[in-house]
Amino acid sequence: MSTNGMTSWAVDLKDVAAVYPFQGAEFIMFIAGLAFWLWWHWAQMRMEATEIRHEMDADASGAEAKKAIDRY
Amino acid sequence: MGNNLDAITTVFTEFYYWVTVVFMFLIHVGFCLYEVAASRRRNHLHTLMKNTMVIPLVTVTFFFFGWWIYFAFPNGPFITGGIEWDAAQGARPWDDNMGTNLSDRINGVFWAAFLLFSWTAASIVSGAVIERIQSGAFWILAVIIGSGTWIIDAAWGWHYGGWMVKLLGYHDAYASGVIHAIAGGFALGVLVVLGPRLGKFAADGTPRDIPPHNVWLVTLGLFLIYTGFWGFYAACNVPIISPETIGGQITGETWTATNIYLAPTTLSAITFNFLMSLSGGLMVAYIISKGDPFWTYSGGLAGVITASAGNDLYHPIQAMLIAGVGAWAAYKLHYWVERKFKIDDAVGAVAVHGYAGFIGLVIAGFVLWGQPSSPFEGYATINPLGNFIGALIMFGLLGFLPAWIVSKILNGMGLLRIPRKVELEGLDFESNQAFEAAKADVIKAELAMVK
Repeated sequence: MSTNGMTSWAVDLKDVAAVYPFQGAEFIMFIAGLAFWLWWHWAQMRMEATEIRHEMDADASGAEAKKAIDRY
Repeated sequence: MGNNLDAITTVFTEFYYWVTVVFMFLIHVGFCLYEVAASRRRNHLHTLMKNTMVIPLVTVTFFFFGWWIYFAFPNGPFITGGIEWDAAQGARPWDDNMGTNLSDRINGVFWAAFLLFSWTAASIVSGAVIERIQSGAFWILAVIIGSGTWIIDAAWGWHYGGWMVKLLGYHDAYASGVIHAIAGGFALGVLVVLGPRLGKFAADGTPRDIPPHNVWLVTLGLFLIYTGFWGFYAACNVPIISPETIGGQITGETWTATNIYLAPTTLSAITFNFLMSLSGGLMVAYIISKGDPFWTYSGGLAGVITASAGNDLYHPIQAMLIAGVGAWAAYKLHYWVERKFKIDDAVGAVAVHGYAGFIGLVIAGFVLWGQPSSPFEGYATINPLGNFIGALIMFGLLGFLPAWIVSKILNGMGLLRIPRKVELEGLDFESNQAFEAAKADVIKAELAMVK
């Protein structure tokens, strides 16, 4: 058993192409990668929404905002 | 060099390694910047000098005996054979190969490539122990890992004839274990004896955050480490070699790049995988740390480190996902260990290098299961148990254990930790007092000259 089909390097390299594991599953890996990327946007936006909500709830008087502006 | 093709190949190889060394210098620049930025203002100068002096101390000792160890100890010794006295000729400081020699153009640049790995191993430890270790103790520890234990592990598991490769099928192409797991384990061994910075833990044991004095500079340091890491990856390859020169099972006449085990790979492969693993680590770390810059950058590094063991062979999407797992685990384990065992790792080095490296080795054992570890006949194939045992050897046997023993000895002699008073006033207290006095003096003098 070998995850890339090779069990030794007793080969002529001119006859060898891809050597990564699980060849044949590239499209499934692509779907997994795509899902990971889409998950990231979903999770990031959720996180940012929470952060903005917290910041909206903070500093009702605007005093801290004035200090932040003053600090540049 | 027998003919022009040999000459071009040799000079190309010489230049290739030289370029990697220059790139890798940025790793040390990055570590210095990162550590100083993570320390508080009253410790800056000592923090900088602690890591700067790794350069000369590890360099001279690596010249004196580190390089010899690599060629002498691939058999253990006494596991698959004795000390390789003959193979190690040319790496002794009194051999004529260890100087200007027109018949050996590779030894110096290859030595330097390994030396830069040595600095990195010591530098990883340096960040974890800032603000309370005595510089003298750290430099002894730096030489032990930089010119001792890491190069023993390289001879065992990062050499085409290493016993771990032969017997265990150990595979660690870009040093998840041989640099990162060992350095993380070593840092942990020191930290257990050294103890936390004053004020790190409340009376009830709750950890306090000690924020870096300048997060922006910390991240700039990590950016430089990323850049140097490119050179590190390239330096782990043999850039061009013929099957005949390898002398293993490969047939035909197609030349290739290889990993350190002389098994074929390509620069393209590691370029794909470096960038995809960096991305996977950054993406996961950003989410899990809620956008914290320090941990997002550290997570990018942890991602690359996790995927490094198999980045010569992974598919880029595999590298990305594996990196994401490593970044997640490093972050979670850092805080769990901090809470549970009261370990104060100032920069998360044990997690980013040690745990991520360990996990990366274990994952590589599964994902690359059954693949040949070497182009030579009779070697075990890559397997989960071999890589797990390898991870234990790197992190525990050659990392944690020697660091813990030497730290205990140094601590027993009163040489490990600075006194409480000095820690509170800051390592640079005297320098800062002198600075302020000099400043006041020159200001007073110049003001007196104003009409």
